[in-house]
Amino acid sequence: MDYTEKAHRPIKYSIFVYVWLALVALTWLTVAVSGMHMGRLSLISPFIIASAKAFLVVAFFMHIKYEAGIFRLFIGVALATMFVVVWLVYSDIAFRS
Amino acid sequence: MNETAEIAANKHKDYTGAKIGMWLFLFTELFLFFGPFLLYSIFRYRYSTDFINAGSELSLFVGSINTVVLLTSSLSVALSISALQKGNKKLTLLLLGVTIVLGAVFLVNKYFEWDAKIVHGLYPGAEALLSRPKGEILFFGLYFFMTGLHALHVIAGMSVLAVITFFVMRDKVTQSDYVKIENGGLYWHLVDVIWIYLFPLFYLIR
Repeated sequence: MDYTEKAHRPIKYSIFVYVWLALVALTWLTVAVSGMHMGRLSLISPFIIASAKAFLVVAFFMHIKYEAGIFRLFIGVALATMFVVVWLVYSDIAFRS
Repeated sequence: MNETAEIAANKHKDYTGAKIGMWLFLFTELFLFFGPFLLYSIFRYRYSTDFINAGSELSLFVGSINTVVLLTSSLSVALSISALQKGNKKLTLLLLGVTIVLGAVFLVNKYFEWDAKIVHGLYPGAEALLSRPKGEILFFGLYFFMTGLHALHVIAGMSVLAVITFFVMRDKVTQSDYVKIENGGLYWHLVDVIWIYLFPLFYLIR
């Protein structure tokens, strides 16, 4: 097996600043949207926006975009585990009298 | 250290292994918060009116400020890693310092926020809280537990970054050997990601 490391080139400062601007903009958006009463949509929209923010942090700030594929696989397994737990817990709650 | 030993020591540095170890630890942290998150979602479904009433008592302004503070601290720690990789030690130290200060700002805001609730008798077990509807008691219980647990993680992250700052000063973490600052940064970003999800849970229900 080959253990040589890929040279990690430093990520440009400007990329991080753009990501930060996007994160602040999404924060503004989620606060603005929370003021509008949109029924079921207002229940799900903060979660979607939070997930978009988390994606940006994980991909850029946490370098996953630049990391080996194994890290993406790990995150996928963790998320899949969460999904299974959510599914089991919610179906338990739903069928309890 | 003689030359042979030095070469051997360098060979045994496992960059990817160190990072995988850190990520595995981060997953355990993620699941620590995932439990109360599930609990929240179930109680919110059961007591949605109580949750909306209780949530409207929190300051959206302070919550939003704290969100931006933490996002900015994530930016500064990410920049500090690039700065070190480019060999700019001074800028690295400055940015790490900024990150720790922003962490402290977050905690001070949190302190005032908690204090404002506690003086009104809104804390777990308080009589003023226990006389309220069931859902509001649950909301404030989860609020103090989850933001408290998160604040402990902010303190832990600040301590980690303080140690890393010391390492950078002493050249134990350098342009060619930077996995420690990367892993410290990963921890700080995780704290940020958790807050990204806590923020809508408590401040954005209206």
